[in-house]
Amino acid sequence: MTSILEVRNLIKSFRSLTAVDDVSFSIPEGACFGLLGPNGAGKTTTIEIIEGIKKPTSGEILYKGKPRDRKFSEQTGIQFQSTALMDYLKTHEVLTLFAKLYPHSQPIDRLIELCQLEEFLDTYATRLSGGQRQRLLLAVALINDPEILFLDEPTTGLDPQSRRNFWSLIKGIKSQGKTVLLTTHYMEEAELLCDQLVIMDKGKIIADGSPEALLQQYFNHSYVCIDQRDFQGDISALTSPAEKREDCIAIETNTVEKTLAELVSLNINLRSLRVKNPSLDDLFLKLTGHRLRE
Amino acid sequence: MKEILALWMARNREYYRDKGSLFWSFVATPFIVIVLAIAFSSESQEVFRAGLLITNSSAQTNIFTEEPAIQLIEYTDAQGALRRVQFHQLDILITTDKEPRYWINPESAKGHLLEKLLISDASKHWQREEVKGQAIRYIDWVIPGILAMNMMFSGLWGIGYVIVRYRKNGVLKRLQATPLRAWQFLVSQAFSRLFIMLSVTILVFIVCDLFLNFMMVGSHLLLLLIAVIGNLSIISLSLLMAARTASEELANGLLNLISFPMLLLSELWFSLDDAPQWLQDFSLILPLTHLVKAARRVMLEGAGFTEVTPQLGVMVLMTLLFITLAGIMFRWHND
Repeated sequence: MTSILEVRNLIKSFRSLTAVDDVSFSIPEGACFGLLGPNGAGKTTTIEIIEGIKKPTSGEILYKGKPRDRKFSEQTGIQFQSTALMDYLKTHEVLTLFAKLYPHSQPIDRLIELCQLEEFLDTYATRLSGGQRQRLLLAVALINDPEILFLDEPTTGLDPQSRRNFWSLIKGIKSQGKTVLLTTHYMEEAELLCDQLVIMDKGKIIADGSPEALLQQYFNHSYVCIDQRDFQGDISALTSPAEKREDCIAIETNTVEKTLAELVSLNINLRSLRVKNPSLDDLFLKLTGHRLRE
Repeated sequence: MKEILALWMARNREYYRDKGSLFWSFVATPFIVIVLAIAFSSESQEVFRAGLLITNSSAQTNIFTEEPAIQLIEYTDAQGALRRVQFHQLDILITTDKEPRYWINPESAKGHLLEKLLISDASKHWQREEVKGQAIRYIDWVIPGILAMNMMFSGLWGIGYVIVRYRKNGVLKRLQATPLRAWQFLVSQAFSRLFIMLSVTILVFIVCDLFLNFMMVGSHLLLLLIAVIGNLSIISLSLLMAARTASEELANGLLNLISFPMLLLSELWFSLDDAPQWLQDFSLILPLTHLVKAARRVMLEGAGFTEVTPQLGVMVLMTLLFITLAGIMFRWHND
C-alpha cells in the first residue's frame, strides 16, 4: 500500500523541553492511523506540525511523496482538540461559511446527513451539547471532501453514548476509503478504529504496528481478574505472576483452567472472576511502567 | 473573493445578533453624543482671543501683552488665522509686520471691543480690514470631534479586540487550517467594521442633526469620503495592534495607549492653537487629527476636495503603512 503521508525524524523543542523527539512513521493511503499515548506524550504537537499549524524544530513531512504545498490545506480536513467557532453563527451558517473557504466543497446536505446534524441546524453553534458540537466540527473538517482527515482527541470529554455515536461516524468515513490520522488516549478507541498505531510516550515512539500484531508481539497470556475484596490471601502465594491493580488482582496465565483450580484450592471466592485478554493499556503499562491515563 | 464575502457576512451577523453591541451602537451612542454635545455647548469663552500674525520673525510687538483678560495667540499662517476671525474663533487679528493692520468680523461684539482698545493707542495708525462670516457655535465645532471620537472607539475596540479574542479562543487557528490567506481574513474584518462604523456614524449624524441642527456647509459626499478613509486608517491601526497580541488584557492596555493621545490631542474637544509647537507637531502623527481637521473644514468652511487633499493623502498613507505592517506581522496563533 502506498504512503499518503510520511513523517521523517520530526523534532520539536520548546526551550529545554523536547516535546517530539525524533519521530518517524508513514501512513498508508486509506488507513486509520492512530497516535496513542497519555496526555503530554507529544501527540497533539506531532499532529499539529503535520497539519502545518506548528513549525517543527527539524524533520521532514511528505504528502504524496512531496513537501506540503497549498494543495495540502485544500485536500485535508482537520478537527482540533479544542476549537471555538464564531459567536452567533447557526449550525448551517457555520457549514456555509467553511464551504466558501475552500475551492471545492461537498454538498452540505450530504454532510448534514452523514454527521446527523438535522436536529440542530438552526441552533447557534455555541449552544450545542458536547456531542453535537463534535459532530458539527467533524462536518466542518469534512466540508472539502478531504483525502486525509486529522482528528485530535475527538471524543475527549464526551459521555459514553456520544463517544460510541462518534465512533460509528468515523467508521462510516473509513468505509469511504478516506485516510484518517487520529490521536487518542482511549485504548478502546484505538483498538476499535485504528488499523495502524504508534504508541508515544514522552515525545518518543515506543511501539508501532497494528493493534493485533502489537498485542501478539508482547503478550502470549490472558489475565484472570478477581476483585480485591474477594482475594484475602497473599498474591505471592500464587504460582503465576500477579499484581494489584486499581480495582482487582490480575493474575497472568497461559492456562486459565490451572489458575482457576489453584484459586479454588486456596478457597478464594470466585463470584467476581473474569478472564481478560491483554489490552493496549496493558501493553502501555508493560512498556513504560505506567498507565495510559496516569 | 467568495472567502472575503463569506467572512464579511459572518462577522456582520455576529455583530447584529449581539443585542448588547447593537444597543450600544444604535441607541446608546447617539444618546451619549447628544448629551456630550449639549453639555459642552454651554461652554463660553470668558477671555478675549486676539491673534498676532507674524510673517516676519524680526517683527516685535507688545500689544495686548499686559492685558490678562486677552489671550494672545501667535499665527504664521495668514489664511488660517483669517478663517478663525471669519468664524468668530478669534475676536481680532493684528499684524505689525509691514504696516499696522487688523482684521475683525463686523458681526463680532467682542471684536468691536478689542478694536476700540487697539485704536485707543494713538502711537500707531492702524489700517482696518473686515472679514465676514457666520459665527460658529462651539457645538458646530465640537460635533465633528465627537463623531470622530465615536469612530475611533468603535474602530479600535470593534476590530482589534475581536481579533485578539479570536486568537485566544482558537477561531483563528481553525481558519488557519483552511486555505484562507491572512490578507483575506484581514480585509474581510476591515470591511465588515467599515460597513458597521459607517452605518452607525451616518445614523448618529442624522440623529444629531435632527436634535442639534449643527452647521454643515460643505458636501455630504466629500464628508462621507473623509469618513471612509478616516475609518480605514483607524481600523488598520487597530489591525496592527492586534497582529500578534494574544491576551485581551494586553490588547486593552495597547488600545488605551493608542486612544488616549488621540482623545486629548486630535482637537476633538479643544483647539491646540495655543499649545506648544511640539505638541501640535506630535498630534500630526495621529490619524484622528487629520480626520477631524478634514471633517471640520468641510462641515464648517465648505472646503472642497482639493482643500482637504493633504489630510486625505496623509490618512491614505497611514492606512497603507499600518495595513502592510499588520499583514507582515500577523500571526494566526501564538503557540
